Amino acid sequence: MSHTNRGLHLHPGDTAPGDEIAGGREVVEGLLGYLVGLALATLITVVAFFISQTTLVWQPSIPIALFVLAVAQMGVHLVFFLHITSGPDNTNNILALAFGVLIVLLLIGGTLWIMYHMNHNMMPMEQIMRMQQ
Amino acid sequence: MSAAQGTAERGPYPIGHDATEHREPHAEHAERGVVSKRIIVGYGFWIFLLSDIVMFSAFFATYAVLSDATAGGPSGKDLFHLNTVAIETACLLLSSFTCGVASIGARAHNDLMYYGAMAVTAIFGAGFLSLEIHEFAGMVAIGAGPSRSAFLSAFFTLVGCHGLHVTLGLMWLLTMMAQVFAKGYRADILRRVLCFSLFWHTLDIIWIAIFTVVYLMGAAQ
Repeated sequence: MSHTNRGLHLHPGDTAPGDEIAGGREVVEGLLGYLVGLALATLITVVAFFISQTTLVWQPSIPIALFVLAVAQMGVHLVFFLHITSGPDNTNNILALAFGVLIVLLLIGGTLWIMYHMNHNMMPMEQIMRMQQ
Repeated sequence: MSAAQGTAERGPYPIGHDATEHREPHAEHAERGVVSKRIIVGYGFWIFLLSDIVMFSAFFATYAVLSDATAGGPSGKDLFHLNTVAIETACLLLSSFTCGVASIGARAHNDLMYYGAMAVTAIFGAGFLSLEIHEFAGMVAIGAGPSRSAFLSAFFTLVGCHGLHVTLGLMWLLTMMAQVFAKGYRADILRRVLCFSLFWHTLDIIWIAIFTVVYLMGAAQ
């Protein structure tokens, strides 16, 4: 253990778990994790760009496919880059993430739902213009 | 629980040895409710990042509602160049990877790995920003600025806000390089590096949503 670390730390000799210097094995494992994440993310991105331009698949299915790919890639980033795992240290992070996802879905879904129906019930713009004349 | 109590219970051990005997697996710490500061700081910053994501979701909702409101002006199909977007995406994805490498380098106290990977991250981030600024300037030049239509207002708000985050992230990146250079791999500095890497990875997650919803779906319409 480095004496410089101990000298500058608030509690000498009380290095918390995760604050130790990472050893050779940890470095290799960490790099491998990021490489797997990079490979998966690249694959999903390339498929998304390809699907958005192709005429080979049924066109109405494209937005749904893009949405699924985006969610999959976010999952890859969360697990391999942000290290949101199912470990005991991560329970609070997972709960916070679940709450965040709930708010995001309510906000976006609710907005689209309400605005769709408002547009539906609105008089077409030409009619409004005609009434103003 | 103080270090003095620990040594008192176990008898007259030298304090230096106590440090190595005290170390236990993360799981036991979590069960006892004594968690390392690194995990608490990460949790707090994660909550900030989630609130940032909630803010972006409001911009996304606005954009989704207004994406057809072009007021007779150009639509996404006329304006977006998917080649540029693909290069921007590659820049951010690679910078996210090198940022992860830098965080490993910081934990291993490896100068080459930390400074090298942080420098590459900064270069990719700057490349992304310059492409985006070039794209925005080109759009304004052909009269498709934010005041042209509701669609373009929403577009510039959403994508510009992400670009602003990348700009701030770049400044933070340079600050973290300078802090490690000046103060060394101290535990508190390493926690700031952790927060920075979380921030940078989150920007990439938001970019996934932007290139899917704004560019790919916009160009396909």
